[in-house]
This record gives sequence, structure tokens and C-alpha cells, in this order.
Amino acid sequence: MQVNNSEFKPKIVAFCCNWCSYAGADLAGTNRLNYPADVKIIRVPCSCRVNPMFILRAFQRGADGVILCGCHPGDCHYTTGNYYTRRRMTLLFSMLDYLGIEKERTRVEWVSAAEGAKFAATMNDFVETVTKLGENKRLEDLRCKEK
Amino acid sequence: MQRIGVFICHCGTNIAATVDVKAVAEALKHEPGVVFSTDYPYMCSEAGQNIVKDAIRDYHLSGVVICSCSPRMHEATFRKAAAVAGLNPYMVEIANIREQCSWIHKDIPQATEKAITLGKAAIAKVHLNAPLYAGESPVVKRALVIGGGIAGIQTALDIADAGFPVDIVETKPTIGGKMTQLDKTFPTLDCAACILTPKMVDCAQNENIKIYSYSEVTDVKGFVGNFTVTIKRKARYVDETKCTGCGICTEKCPMKKVPNEFNLGMNNRSAVYIPFAQAVPKVATIDPEHCNMLKKGKCGLCAKVCTAGAIDYKQKDEFIEEQYGAIVVATGYNPINLDKFDEFAYSQSKDVITSLEFERLTNAAGPTSGTLLRPSDGKHPHTIVFVQCVGSRDTSGCGKEYCSKICCMYTAKHAMLTREKYPDTDVYVFYIDVRTPGKSFDEFYRRAVEQYGVHYIKGMVGKIVPQADGTLAVQASDLLDNKQLHINADLVVLAAAIEPDKSARPLATMLTASMDTNDFFTEAHPKLRPVESPTAGVFLSGTCQGPKDIPETVSQAGAAASKVIGLLCKDKLTCNPCVAHSDEWMCNGCSACEKVCPYGAITYEDKEFRMPDRTTAIRRVAIVNEAVCQGCGACTVACPSGAMDLKGFSNSQIMAEVDAICK
Repeated sequence: MQVNNSEFKPKIVAFCCNWCSYAGADLAGTNRLNYPADVKIIRVPCSCRVNPMFILRAFQRGADGVILCGCHPGDCHYTTGNYYTRRRMTLLFSMLDYLGIEKERTRVEWVSAAEGAKFAATMNDFVETVTKLGENKRLEDLRCKEK
Repeated sequence: MQRIGVFICHCGTNIAATVDVKAVAEALKHEPGVVFSTDYPYMCSEAGQNIVKDAIRDYHLSGVVICSCSPRMHEATFRKAAAVAGLNPYMVEIANIREQCSWIHKDIPQATEKAITLGKAAIAKVHLNAPLYAGESPVVKRALVIGGGIAGIQTALDIADAGFPVDIVETKPTIGGKMTQLDKTFPTLDCAACILTPKMVDCAQNENIKIYSYSEVTDVKGFVGNFTVTIKRKARYVDETKCTGCGICTEKCPMKKVPNEFNLGMNNRSAVYIPFAQAVPKVATIDPEHCNMLKKGKCGLCAKVCTAGAIDYKQKDEFIEEQYGAIVVATGYNPINLDKFDEFAYSQSKDVITSLEFERLTNAAGPTSGTLLRPSDGKHPHTIVFVQCVGSRDTSGCGKEYCSKICCMYTAKHAMLTREKYPDTDVYVFYIDVRTPGKSFDEFYRRAVEQYGVHYIKGMVGKIVPQADGTLAVQASDLLDNKQLHINADLVVLAAAIEPDKSARPLATMLTASMDTNDFFTEAHPKLRPVESPTAGVFLSGTCQGPKDIPETVSQAGAAASKVIGLLCKDKLTCNPCVAHSDEWMCNGCSACEKVCPYGAITYEDKEFRMPDRTTAIRRVAIVNEAVCQGCGACTVACPSGAMDLKGFSNSQIMAEVDAICK
């Protein structure tokens, strides 16, 4: 496993719910709080919209880390969505662990619309963690790779 | 294959300074399906929108990708522009290259590369977009105001004046809120009661306003234009329709040792009580915690003396359900608990009081009939120390990090009024900074210092020690003279920080409205939509949104009312078309989706299908009620057969975005 490769730029997919975390990400931007460009955000209406298949797909297509951000428990715009997320992801992450995907490559975080600083800090920390782990090859489907 | 147009916005230099917009436009031009790609300094301007409109017509675009600021900002703008040009508005996708790219990255090649990737993801999504058509839902032309303080009262009056019925739900037995407890108001020194009570009476008399006092909201269902709210009317053991508010019961009640919350426990009231003389509704309430009849079944005196026959010991809490089109939150504030501020001896000495208690001590309707007397011995205080920022601007974790905003001004008012009424009193004010931004505010503060001779001292009070002779030894530092001060005070007044009312948190959960880390309600946009909550149909009024004084509260209340009126004027609202949809051929009727739906939007139907072998089969399939579905997508993940999908955020669209990002 490559650890000391400073050139390594991880591919990170972040799913953010429209009401809290996406707004939190916008606030991080408005406050000019830096985090690495490796993080690419996909907007979903609620964290519970994220099908475990999307996360598997990301790993299959060569993502090195996937982070899922939603409203704090109890604050979901749709009342209960993030509770489903929490349960589903617990199951998915234990399965990924079984498949040999380091559990640090996946993460669920609760970031509210007012927590721009938390969003940036979370992303910085996550990118650092994933960078240390190096490239994800375990689930990557080589047939998907171009070139 | 879609015909896609890509439009890159410079946003002045906001984007263009860190993203090479020309390179992005060039790179995206070669993506499959892209037939047009350009950049422009301000895409949201009229000229910019015209570029989009012209391109839609000239190139027969079937999809549009705008690389610009957050979709939370301008998605609606560009959708509208597309609709004008004849394109379905839901064929527009935004790639957020400002908030989530140019503003957070400094390295131009990196930011440019990311912008290209985000653009590609949006293009990949648009390829799978389908035109969506928004339905309509009716608007219930009635508003609910939660909280009956000055914010709630003003909002309700303004909505009622526009001709819409409005209900006020207030947890206390009377409306009026904190303002009823105040004596005078800064900076004009109007008497609070004189300017508030006419408004309270207006509320009671306005035929469009219904007041649910001594009531709480216990459940909220539904969505903008169509909320169903459950209101708990707590049993007050007095028939509101019969009680005349004569007050004989309160005089005859033998249980007179109940701390009077209206005077902050500084005197007592009876178990059956009317909070204050001008209460609206002026109806007695029996306090079940202290009434002997309700606790032990012995007494019944109030029922005997009540000539109206209004007393009803058997009254039960009542739950009523009402429909509303809009909800205004006006839950207000409370001073913080001072248990963590031991150094100020608030719990040890009766003569250390909060500013709100000071208001009661100087109020003609207060426990001392307006004469300023020490709570401990009833003597006139000759030295008074005011301590500012008790728990405000506090980063130690004991208090609140924010400025409570109103304390500087009311302390100047207290100091000034004390000096005016009792010129023999020495008044000291300890402050960190004096903040007086507001019309006629600084002039007011200067009057306190220059005209009334109040001693303002920059510095904090370190410790207050009650002495044997009944005085309070105040140890403080004077930062400007750089020396320690010891003052023997007769009375110390603490300007306690204010915090949102405790009812706000559970209410926010019911309304699915968001809050910040201090439990203040979050506004939809801090500058441009300050009275709207991000949850459609929920509006904010007064201090539930942040600390503010009375003039600001009243103006915000009016603003919230105008937003509500704007909503209630509409007969129909456009629904969000991004709702769940079930493919009935794939659905196996398992009910997994129905169980996770928080809105009860999914039902089942037995449907007849013509099978390929020309037989007919009756199968149970899920049906989504599109008017009720809010589009969270919980069902899409629960569905084991993949029949359930979310329009606008379909499985294939999100997968396409994932693929584009990971490429």
C-alpha cells in the first residue's frame, strides 16, 4: 500500500443533503474556508436518498473515499430521513469492512446549514485520512478504467 | 441524445479569479451531447440570461448546464429563463463552481480541473433529465402565529388587517410576552404597557384574530399552504367564555403563597390568578400545582364566590386540530440561567438581581409599586452596580458566545432612570464595550453619562461578596486606569445574556425548520430572506431568530406578516415536481416504501395488468400521492425491486454523476 506518496490525490465523493450539509458547504465557501479540491459534492434532497449502491458504485469506479453528510439527528428536513441513513450506512459499512475496504474510507457526518467551519474541517480531516490510506484498489472495477 | 448548452459564469472575479473559465468552456465543449459552450461575466444578469435564452432557441437545446454559484442561489433564476425560452425548467442543472470551488481553492489549475469535473457531472446528469411538470396544491387561507409576545402580536395584527384569519397560540395565560414585564422602553422612554396593551386589546377585538392562550402546539403535519396543526389547550379550570375577569376568586383564594412568575418570584400570587391587570384574555387560571381543590379535593372557595359560574374543576386538556396555510414562529427569548456564574453571588444574595427583575422593581405594577427598594430589606439602595455582558460574548463555555444586543441600551436606561428618580444614588456600570448602533441610541447613552452622571467603567467585575452588614463588596478592574476597584454596593444588577425560549427546539423539530448551534432559528438567507425559514411556509418573527430590540422585532414582525400575506393571497401553489414515482410493472407490492414514508404519501392499489401472454393479472402496486410526497427519497432506497425512483434525482442520474466524478 502506498503511504508516503505525496503526489497522490485521492478521489473523494461527498453526498450532501440539500437542506443542511449542502448549505453548510455553501457557507464554508462563502466564508472562504479552504479544503482540498479532491472533494466533489453531489447534491441529494436528503441523506436518506443515498442508496448504498451509489457508494459501491463510487468505489467500483475508483473513488478512494466516500463521505455522506446530512442534517443532525432530529433536525432532518423530512423528519426521519437521517435516521434511515444512519441505520443503512451502519449495515453498509460493516459489509464494506467485510470486503476489506478500510472503514476510514467511508464516513457519515452531520453538518447543519450553520456549520460551514465544521464542513471544511470535516473535509480536511477526511481527505487527510484517505490520503494516508492511499489508493483504493480493492473494489475498483478495472474494466471501468479508461486508457 | 440531448442537445446540451453549457454556460460558464465568471461572477465578476468571484469565479474567474481562481477558475480559468475559458478553459472550462473549451473542455466542456467536447463532452458528448454538448452543442454550445460559452462563458460570460455575469450569467445571472439580464444580458447573461438572454445568452441562455437565445442559445436555447438558436441551437434547439434540450438541456442546459450553468456553471455558476450555488443552485440555492440562482437555480430558480435560470429555470425561469429556460421556461421563457420554451425549455422545460427542470432540464436545467447547475454546477456549483463558486461556493464549492472558486471560493475555497487558491490553486488555479486545481480549481479549473475541479470546475471541469463538476461541469461534466452536471452534463452527465442532464443527459438523463426528463421534463417535469409541477402540480398545484390549494392554499388554506389561515395563518398560525406561535407565540404571543410583541413579535407575534404585531405579525397577527398585520395579517389580520390584510383580511386573513390568524390564530395566536401562547403558552402563558395571557398574550403580551416579555414586553409586559418591562417598565420603560429605550431610547424614547415610552412606558412599555402604554404602547403594548392597546395592541393586545386590538388582538382580542379583531374579528380575524383568535387567541389560544394557555395552549401549546403539539404536532405539525403537512406542508406549505396546507399544514395540519394540533393545539393542546391546557385545562385552566375556568370556562373562558363565562369568566368576566372580575378577580373576586383571586382575592378569596386562601392559597396565596405561590411565587408570582410575572414578577419573577419577587412576590406571591394566589393559586387562582390573573397574571396582571391588563391581561388578554382577562380570564382567571387555576394553577393545578398549588390549588387545594385540585390537589386534595378540599376548598372550592373560588367556585362559591364566582358569580358567573365559570370555575370548572373537571376541565381536561383539550386537543384541537386546525388547518393553516402558513406558520409564523415568534417564540421569543429568556434570560439565561445564572447558576454557572457563582462569582456574582446571584444565588447567595437577594440583592443581586437580573435586569428583568430590576424592570419589575421599577414598574408601577411590580412588587414594590414602582419604588426602587432592595429585595432583602426593603430599604432604598444608595449605590447600585450594573454588570454588563453576564454570559454574553463569553467564550469560556459558561455563557453564550454571541452579543445579546439589548443589554447596553437597557442598562443605560436603568442607570438613567435611577439617577433621575433618585439623584442621591451612585450608579456604576461595568462594561466590556458599549454598543449602541441604532437610531438615537448613542445619543441616549451619552445622555446617561453626560447629563445624568452615571459612572461608566470599562472593565469586568471579578467577584461579588455579600457582607455581614448587608452590602455587597464588588471587586472589579478598571481597564482604562489600570487599577483594581472595590465598591460597596447596596444592589447589583446583572445584564444576563438572552437565549431562545426552551420551547423553540422541540418546535423546530415539529416544523422541520433548522436552527443554529445556539438554538436560534435559521433564516432562508441571512441577508436576502431574513424572515423566512428554509422550510417553505414557515416564517420567523422576533428574537426566535436572533437577539433584537423592540423596534427591530416590530419591523421583522411586519416583514414576516407581509410574506405570509403574499403566500395567502395565492389560490394555488406550485408543487415540487421532484417527487417519488413507482414503476408499476416492477413493483411487487411489498410495502417497504410505505413503511418508511414520513408523509404517508404511498398507498396500495390492486391493479389489473394485461400480461404478455394476453391473460390479465391483478397485482398490488404502490401509488405515490404526488401532492403529499415531499421528495425525500427514503422510499427509493427501501425499494428492493428498484421500482421506486425519485424524479429529478433518479438512481441513474446520481449514478451518472458518481461516474463522471470518478472518471
